[in-house]
Amino acid sequence: MKGNSKLKSSFHKIILALLLMPFAAIADWGLNMTQGVTPISQEIYDMHMLTLWVVTIIGILVFGVMFWSIFHHRKSKGVKPAKFSHSTTVEIIWTIIPLIIITSLAIKATKLLIKMDDTSEAQVTVKATGSQWKWKYDYLDEDLTIYSVLDENSTEVSQLNSGKDPMQSENYLLDVDEPIVLPINTKIRILTTAADVIHAWWVPDLGWKRDAIPGYINDNWAVIEKPGVYRGQCAEICGKGHGYMPIVVKAVTMEEYTAWVSEKKLAQAAEKNTSEMVLTMEELMTKGESVYKAQCLACHQANGQGIKGVFPALVKSPVAVDSDKRLIHIQQIILGKNLMPAFGEQLSDVDIAAVTTYERNAWGNDTGDIVQAKEVSEARPQAKAN
Amino acid sequence: MSTLAHDTHHDHDHKPTGLKRWFFSTNHKDIGTLYLIFALAMFFVGGSMAMIIRAELFQPGLQFVNPQFYNSMVTVHALVMIFGAVMPAGVGLANWMIPLMIGAPDMALPRMNNMSFWILPFAFALLLSTLFMEGGGPAGGWTMYPPLVLQTGNAFPFLIFAVHFLGISSIMGAINIIATVFNMRAPGMTLMKMPLFVWTWVITSFLLIASLPVLAGGVTMLLTDKYFGTSFFDAAGGGDPVLFQHIFWFFGHPEVYILALPAFGIVSQIIPAFARKPLFGYSSMVYATASIAILSFFVWAHHMFTVGLPIKGELFFMYATMLIAVPTGVKVFNWIATMWKGSMTFETPMLFSIAFVILFTIGGFSGLMLGITPVDFQYHDTYFVVAHFHYVLLTGAVFALMAAVYYWLPKWTGYMYDERLGKIHFWLSLISSNVLFFPQHFLGLAGMPRRIPDYNIQFADFNMISSIGGFAYGITQLLFVYIVIKCALGGKKAKALVWEGAKGLEWSVPSPAPFHTFETPPKLTKAMLEH
Repeated sequence: MKGNSKLKSSFHKIILALLLMPFAAIADWGLNMTQGVTPISQEIYDMHMLTLWVVTIIGILVFGVMFWSIFHHRKSKGVKPAKFSHSTTVEIIWTIIPLIIITSLAIKATKLLIKMDDTSEAQVTVKATGSQWKWKYDYLDEDLTIYSVLDENSTEVSQLNSGKDPMQSENYLLDVDEPIVLPINTKIRILTTAADVIHAWWVPDLGWKRDAIPGYINDNWAVIEKPGVYRGQCAEICGKGHGYMPIVVKAVTMEEYTAWVSEKKLAQAAEKNTSEMVLTMEELMTKGESVYKAQCLACHQANGQGIKGVFPALVKSPVAVDSDKRLIHIQQIILGKNLMPAFGEQLSDVDIAAVTTYERNAWGNDTGDIVQAKEVSEARPQAKAN
Repeated sequence: MSTLAHDTHHDHDHKPTGLKRWFFSTNHKDIGTLYLIFALAMFFVGGSMAMIIRAELFQPGLQFVNPQFYNSMVTVHALVMIFGAVMPAGVGLANWMIPLMIGAPDMALPRMNNMSFWILPFAFALLLSTLFMEGGGPAGGWTMYPPLVLQTGNAFPFLIFAVHFLGISSIMGAINIIATVFNMRAPGMTLMKMPLFVWTWVITSFLLIASLPVLAGGVTMLLTDKYFGTSFFDAAGGGDPVLFQHIFWFFGHPEVYILALPAFGIVSQIIPAFARKPLFGYSSMVYATASIAILSFFVWAHHMFTVGLPIKGELFFMYATMLIAVPTGVKVFNWIATMWKGSMTFETPMLFSIAFVILFTIGGFSGLMLGITPVDFQYHDTYFVVAHFHYVLLTGAVFALMAAVYYWLPKWTGYMYDERLGKIHFWLSLISSNVLFFPQHFLGLAGMPRRIPDYNIQFADFNMISSIGGFAYGITQLLFVYIVIKCALGGKKAKALVWEGAKGLEWSVPSPAPFHTFETPPKLTKAMLEH
């Protein structure tokens, strides 16, 4: 019944919106390209509008002539067909005029493209690395790395038949656990590359998207003029999680940015240093569940059953239940295997310990195993040696 | 080449019956019919996948399928529609009509003709069987970009070999058309007297022969990368993932015109017939078609502006792409000038043709916008692109194919179709396809990427409208099947000259066209060669 009323209310909205369309908030309906928040995105918007108007006017003229003909030159009006079948003058005219129009568009576009191409003298450089299905950001001048994955709420709601209403969350599928923070009024260079398959980094408000390709490093730049939160998505099909790896840019003043960087570094240093932490089973399970949701659920699914033939199940899987495979379990999370990415760099000792504990005890796996951070920290050099 | 013409019709009025007639057929009309029926069936297979896609996108959230299956629907829908529906429908029309239009007794290579058709069902059996395999069908998009496509499971070799077979079938079809047109025209049917439909198919055939082997090479390299340890496209092994995109689009862009040029030909036959006036600028139409075909080999990288090409490359491909607007514009202006001061009537084929001119042009406009590199950085891989190519391919190519079926159906069956139902089919198709695809322009501009199974709530309203249009369009096509079957079974008898203003040799034979036609070359009068 709930689905029904949802459907109904959407229908009402459509009808209402159609009635109000000429007057009301067309912006809410997202009809047009964003003007964005950089000088380039504004110019791209202008170029888009110019072309749109050019083709609209051509369309009105050409189809106008056609419809005039359709209404007047019909047999039912007793028109006798003319006999002409060519006219060199007319044909030359309608070849030359389009040439002039596209040449003038091309000149404007060339200037803009040359401007966009110049990535020199950037003050901040961030490397965005796409992988299935998250973004890793390296602040190259700061020795700072952050990972950005889909937020927990979207992950939960977006499961097949989750029973949760996406209409309740404004930023559904456009929110991440850790946004990238960038300073405003600064030339920022964004490098894009990928670790596995091709992805594309796209924030419409910055005015462009650029593919992230393994083995390539592409560069682009932006000067964000307005503080705010700008959202985008991966724009190149990259497997089943393609719709679930958004990009969130938080633009702040230079002072706030510097403060954020040093804070982040301190916090990361503290996080790295977790090998001595000892948690209770309960704490490990809670922490483990949230790590699982963020990092593992996309493939292994909320119920740990995976997807047959593509992603292995964890329920009753030997690696996740056999006591003699405990170390292999930890090492596989650190190093990855086949399609599974390595999490060793991204996750702290305690995170890996928690998620291992969670996987060994959730969904009826019930091994009672408790993995502590120390065990993970000891497994790391061993994992590398293997 | 009249000796050849004598050799090919040894079985005079004798017509094989039953299964033998269809499996062993060397008759261009029967093979044409097979192609057309196959294309229609595939149109519904691909269409039902589109229905699954639109059902999933009806509302935000995942309701029906998991993302992996969604991706395989997106992938297989495209492959089925391009290689299974639109291309075979075009070849079917070419088979049926080219010999009739140039006064030839049959295609030049009838046995190869049989083979190029019968490869298709097997190729699609391979491709569609993957949907039932563990791990599912190919799900990396019809463009098959590595490294993603290399993650495909058991479906992978099936995908590659299906593409190989489809390529072989199309190349054989193209060779046949070229051989027929260059060797078997009736005396007096000079190249510049040929109907425009024949011209567009000759040019399309050259595109097929030049571009499909490149695709075959590309997918073979994928195969060896996956199974034989090469690394053509693997950066870690010294290869280059972008190389595949160059190879693919060197095929892929001409492919767009392989789908579109026959449609141009169809519309150039139909508009003069219903305007009762000769086609305006015949020779400029031929030259424009040839220029579009040649230019289509120099624009491939406009599909790849965001991969990070050097700026000189981006500029070159932008200019070349924008240049295509000129010959395309010439064609549109010519069609309108053909209508101008004509004496028009608006039967179903004409309605579909007029809709083609308008809607294909809208697709052309968005194409020009996409060709402008700096703005393409925003449009690329969004629903704006999805809207663009569906305007060109559905309301473009498919509308023209529909027009062709209505135009020639009386010639094929000997009966008139139900004009009232035909018009209903047209108006429902016109309205529903625009409700389906026009809002997708807005979705793309507002920032919705393509090939995603689920979306943010800001895209909810237009997606729902688009889905409603999609379901309506899908259901409407059942009416088309009904109209065709009804016409095949009976109705008002069709005359030899079905349409008052139609010109061309195909109208000089009775309706239905006999099993063998032009066993001796027709004597062409000046009036018969008018277009």
